[in-house]
Amino acid sequence: MANGAALEQNTSALWGGGRQPFGASYGKMMMWFFLLSDALTFSGFLTAMGLYRFKYEETWPIAENVFTHFPMLHGEHPLLFVALMTFILILSSVTMVLAVNAGHKNNHNGVVLWMGLTIVGGFMFLGSQAWEWYHFINGDKGAIQLEDNTIVYLTKTGSEGKILSVYELVTGVEKPHGDHTEFSTGDVVSAFGLNTDVTLRYPGKAETTMTREEAVKAFQTAKLIQGASLRENEYGNVLFADFFFFVTGFHGTHVFSGVVLNIIIFINVLMGTYKQRGHYEMVEKVGLYWHFVDLVWVFVFTFFYLV
Amino acid sequence: MSDHSNNPSEHHDGPEGTAWIWKVFWILLAVTTVEVVLGIIKPEILLSQFLGTSLLNVIFIVLTLAKAYYIVAEFMHLGHERKNFIWTITLPIVILIPYLTFVLLTEGGYMGVLMNQ
Repeated sequence: MANGAALEQNTSALWGGGRQPFGASYGKMMMWFFLLSDALTFSGFLTAMGLYRFKYEETWPIAENVFTHFPMLHGEHPLLFVALMTFILILSSVTMVLAVNAGHKNNHNGVVLWMGLTIVGGFMFLGSQAWEWYHFINGDKGAIQLEDNTIVYLTKTGSEGKILSVYELVTGVEKPHGDHTEFSTGDVVSAFGLNTDVTLRYPGKAETTMTREEAVKAFQTAKLIQGASLRENEYGNVLFADFFFFVTGFHGTHVFSGVVLNIIIFINVLMGTYKQRGHYEMVEKVGLYWHFVDLVWVFVFTFFYLV
Repeated sequence: MSDHSNNPSEHHDGPEGTAWIWKVFWILLAVTTVEVVLGIIKPEILLSQFLGTSLLNVIFIVLTLAKAYYIVAEFMHLGHERKNFIWTITLPIVILIPYLTFVLLTEGGYMGVLMNQ
């Protein structure tokens, strides 16, 4: 009875689960779908930044003039610190792959070692990001906000647009490393009056410098800005600061939750949960999330710091 | 019925050993180094206009996509999954993100033109 045999086919084997249409387990497939949606969220953030960057192209800060510090080093070192952060994240991605690789071989000690190092890398990255935020929030040279909320820099005439720090204008000596003295608008206005070779310059691509007369006129309604927040930003357009906080903050939240997930799985590994289960696929799943965090940073690095 | 939720994924043989991992690491490191060096020195010759931006920016974007490819295909192992899975994950990204980018950047440029009128 050929027909009967077809009817009696075991439907639970077909529809009862346990089959993998994609050759990936339910958990791993769902992790991928989550990452897909998360990738779209991040692209929403980065393209929204692109929208405003294109709108305010002339006054959008140039990232290499903003992030110039490196721990223990004096002077300006654009890109160096983010390059180090990128390196830390790539390296922790490598240790994660090595952990997954050790898991495939059921090498318990290997998984413990490489996952442990991944967690250390995650904390190093978070620490670096806190350092970066600290310097961004505290500001560097200080700037002047005009009546129409435009940010302009102090510069000496004939110095080819080199930014003069508020500290140097007021005190007369070069700003020491790591100094965060706060000045009042009055300090700057009176120092500006005394130093007749000082004028104002627009940031960003335009880089137009005012004449001394224009600067004196602009100074009548000037306001001193030191540092950056969601409301004001000494580096230029305030939206730049907003996007910096949102994009790197959202990414940092991902790194933080990635570290938390890694720690949970690490504890399970230590307790022998996966040894008992016979496979280490949970390590692979958190590994996917961890690599995704690295992947997003690659794009943040390019579109925030390089381009 | 047994609980299948803990069944591992089908195993797709990737390369053996750990040499390939370090190879990908050196590629990523080299590409990042090139990006940083180009970003610091900004060679005059690469600042010429190209595809609506500078040639240097186009190079940065191409290098970034190359890094993304290595992370997704090798580290995340997607390159060694089944074909239907690869397309399910990559197609929405490949269609939606360039579209969104094109729309928003075009619109942003136009908003800038209006604002400066």
